[in-house]
Amino acid sequence: MEHLGLYLDHVSVGGLSAVSLTVPPGAVVCLSGPSGSGKSRLLRAVADLEPHGGQVHLGDEAQASCPAHQWRQRVMLVPADSQWWFEAVAAHFPDRARGPVPSALGLPPEVMAWPISRLSSGERQRLALYRALVREPQALLLDEPTANLDGDSTRAVEQWLLAEIRRRSLAVLWVAHDPEQIRRVADAHYRIRGAELERADDRD
Amino acid sequence: MTVIDLAWWKLGVAALLVLALAAASLWQRLGIAHSLLLASVRTCVQLALIGLVLEALFASAHLYWIVLLALVMLLVAGREVVARQPRRLRGPWAFGIGTGAMFVSSFSVTALTLLVIIGPSPWYEPQYAIPLLGMMLGNTMTGIALSLDRLNDTVWRQRTVIENRLMLGQPWREAVEDIRREAMRSGMMPSINAMAAAGIVSLPGMMTGQILAGSPPTVAVKYQILVMLTFTVGTGFGTVLAVSWGSRRLFDERERLRLDRLEAARP
Repeated sequence: MEHLGLYLDHVSVGGLSAVSLTVPPGAVVCLSGPSGSGKSRLLRAVADLEPHGGQVHLGDEAQASCPAHQWRQRVMLVPADSQWWFEAVAAHFPDRARGPVPSALGLPPEVMAWPISRLSSGERQRLALYRALVREPQALLLDEPTANLDGDSTRAVEQWLLAEIRRRSLAVLWVAHDPEQIRRVADAHYRIRGAELERADDRD
Repeated sequence: MTVIDLAWWKLGVAALLVLALAAASLWQRLGIAHSLLLASVRTCVQLALIGLVLEALFASAHLYWIVLLALVMLLVAGREVVARQPRRLRGPWAFGIGTGAMFVSSFSVTALTLLVIIGPSPWYEPQYAIPLLGMMLGNTMTGIALSLDRLNDTVWRQRTVIENRLMLGQPWREAVEDIRREAMRSGMMPSINAMAAAGIVSLPGMMTGQILAGSPPTVAVKYQILVMLTFTVGTGFGTVLAVSWGSRRLFDERERLRLDRLEAARP
């Protein structure tokens, strides 16, 4: 598969204006900022779920020139609060992914046979990440992917995500709160200040 | 067989019973007296007026008068479809989609029934055309209103699920397919239930009316069968169109869920 970067060019949505950003393939760019500053809306704009200004490219391909559902399949947003609409866990996955889930996720091997109602919020979140990855996107938009996890599983999920990101050379925009997490996963870190993004230097 | 004409004062006896019910409701504080009385007055006035209109129409039988009456019926039904959706599309869309779907399905099925099956001459003979179209519009209206109401309401309630499905790369049609199915079902259920119960649980009104008016029951039954089959078809096609246009309008050209196109629900 081709390795494609994600390019934001003067994207405006909500309170944010003219956000330009490059996410190289295989790299994690973290976004942070106070709640309500528009991080999630920016991810929604990149996934083309909200009307917005500016351009987004995946490699050479412009967002607007790609049918919307194909774009979202390639540039996949995993929301902070995932939704499950069938009764069984397995029904949300394509046939080829209904086997055992990766052990790094810390889920019991038979979780695919469970009803959704049996999952905790942390288990849902981990399964949502797996559900997104099995669809083989080329870029990932992660909205606080470890918000409902405790310390140990946070580390395990981070490591699994980073390994997958490197192996598949995914371009990743990762919204995070925890400075420790940002230090662990980010290749670059931007903070939202007012209507703009500013490069954050985490070494200080 | 001759029909016994009803004297107007005898209808007054029936009206007195309604008044008695209203009094009982007031006494028991059931809160239906107001709408009961209003609806009763409306039914008397509206039916008396349509009786006069039909008498005049049968006497002249010009096509343009019939078309005019049909259009008035269509517009009133279109308004009713809008009124029955607490959460509806903004702007002219709610009226346009409901009325358009009713127009396409009821008018074409009624015309087909008149031309091919009943075959009066001329084909628009008001004695056949107007009652058929009226009943067809009434049924189609109910189906379309129920289905659009269910569609808009369910999409609004399940907005986060729909958006999550879109995020996973599903085309908009797939992201709402079970909601469309549900909306379709709720629009069609009254017609399907009516057909299943006809003759056993209930004697349909039109057939009963024809028998009261002196038609042989076998003829009345044939008309009733014709009417129920064609109504179901009219309602079905109308509901298909309404659900398809209505759900399309909830998404834009980039397959985004656009709930800003729905009005806030009224109580």
